[in-house]
Amino acid sequence: MVREIFRNKQIVLGLVVILFMAGIATFAPFIATYSPYEQNLSPEARIQPPSREHWFGTDDLGRDLFSRMVYGARTSLSVGFIAVGIMLTVGITLGVLAGYYGGWIDFIIMRLVEVMMCFPTLYLILILLAFLGPSIFYVMAVIGLTSWMGLTRFVRAEFLSLREREFVIAAKALGATDLRIAFRHILPNALAPVFVSITFSLGGAILVENSLSFLGLGVQIPIPSWGNIISTGRFYIESAWWLTLFPGLAILITVLSFYLVGDGLRAVLDPRLKR
Amino acid sequence: MLNFIIRRTLLIVPMLIGISLITFVIAHLAPGDPTSIRYGLNPEVSQSARAKLKEMYGLDKPIIVQFGLWLKRIAMLDFGNSFIDDRPVIHKIAERLPATLLLNIAALFVIYILAIPIGISSAVKANSKYDRVMTIILFAGYATPSFWFALLLIWFFGFNLGWFPISGMRPWYVEYFTFFESIKDLLWRLVLPVATTSLLSLANLSRYMRSSMLEVLRQDYIRTARAKGLSEYLVVYKHALKNALLPIVTIASMILPALLSGSFIIETIFGWPGMGRLGYESIMNYDYPTTMGVVIIATFLTLLGLLIADITYAIVDPRIRYE
Repeated sequence: MVREIFRNKQIVLGLVVILFMAGIATFAPFIATYSPYEQNLSPEARIQPPSREHWFGTDDLGRDLFSRMVYGARTSLSVGFIAVGIMLTVGITLGVLAGYYGGWIDFIIMRLVEVMMCFPTLYLILILLAFLGPSIFYVMAVIGLTSWMGLTRFVRAEFLSLREREFVIAAKALGATDLRIAFRHILPNALAPVFVSITFSLGGAILVENSLSFLGLGVQIPIPSWGNIISTGRFYIESAWWLTLFPGLAILITVLSFYLVGDGLRAVLDPRLKR
Repeated sequence: MLNFIIRRTLLIVPMLIGISLITFVIAHLAPGDPTSIRYGLNPEVSQSARAKLKEMYGLDKPIIVQFGLWLKRIAMLDFGNSFIDDRPVIHKIAERLPATLLLNIAALFVIYILAIPIGISSAVKANSKYDRVMTIILFAGYATPSFWFALLLIWFFGFNLGWFPISGMRPWYVEYFTFFESIKDLLWRLVLPVATTSLLSLANLSRYMRSSMLEVLRQDYIRTARAKGLSEYLVVYKHALKNALLPIVTIASMILPALLSGSFIIETIFGWPGMGRLGYESIMNYDYPTTMGVVIIATFLTLLGLLIADITYAIVDPRIRYE
């Protein structure tokens, strides 16, 4: 299985880009050529096109765009990973509860899933943020809490098909607790769709974070995020194309890599697609 | 069939109660009461507005009564009055709804026209070079931030080439246009927003079309059709396509929430006077009743889309029998 994963070009390409971005995010202080916050308001420093000193140019406050984007990688990836962590916790817990116990617990959880799926996600996120006020922590929490429904469905479906199998009955006969059976015996068998879901959700969460930051409701200035850099660039789009182009490409490349890995994993892990 | 339609329609009621419950919880999420958060610090929201909001929620009553009142308000589509101009929220939304529907239905149309042939050709040439390149292109479209794509279109087609207007739906001067001129102007203004909206969901729908087509092409009756010597064209377009198209009907409802979410951003960027932009403006102005109204109406639209899709599916697919 592992060999198959690493022979899939799509997965390898995606992983390389993701690791590259993660490296940039981790070592941001060593990679950034300037401070992401240092302003220079003199006319010859503001809104300068890419040059040897400023690889990606400078923004409206004379800050170095490359350095801001390096720190922006940090923002986007950490929001993505924490949001997906929250999504996993909620999604798996509810999926396990619904699939393992069934009955009225299942009924309530599945109705909740159905209702949540009817909300256009971005509206739901925005109203929550409008209430709680924009903050990077709320952004993480809210993205996580509005994206778990698909995962719950996957996990529940896997549990429904696995819970009557011999190995589960054997574990029960040996006196294993419900918790142990659910997490040690059944869940490992249901991990394939979870991995696919994680990669797609990471891409999705990064996209949503940047959209929110663009709208001014996500990561707040002066903390750099690719999205809020573009929201400034928007006002200079006629003259300063670099303020919009580079951060957008960064989002596109990062999100696309996660999707490519997800799609590749799905092909490798799903035996029905192999032909 | 009529029986099924009635029962399916009634299923909406519990969903509406669920939606009301979630929005009610959101409204009470913040510490204190719904009138104090944010507005407590905002001098723009006058005392009278807060008093009105308190009355609307019946905050002096027990929580279960509050929920009853909330349900009643939602059932009557009464979201109170806007903080900005004191007009009923539902009137403000009704004004903006046609623009949103126009944009999204036009986009849905474009998505179907593009996605069906893309899906078919990818399925017929599954795992070929063409299929792989198409997969990457579609995923790139799916991964593109729509706000960024919109800005690029504005920059390239609006500023550089000057082909399309960059903002607005109906400028003041359409009053002086003849009927056909104003339609032409509207279509012209639709091009960039529709292009951005369609890009979002194109990948989704064409992937569905591809896997649906692959599924059908594996069936025995397709092998029979091939065995009796039919041309590949007839096999694909006459025998396979009909059945492969059926599931695609229901997908419209699945991409509807995504489309509506998308219009939030796209309408804001293109100055399109729709519901999404109303929602954005109300959030930015702390206009709490309007924000809530927009979210609930957008959710109703999704529910309605699901209902229509389920019923169409039952009508077009004779294999499905509902008892």
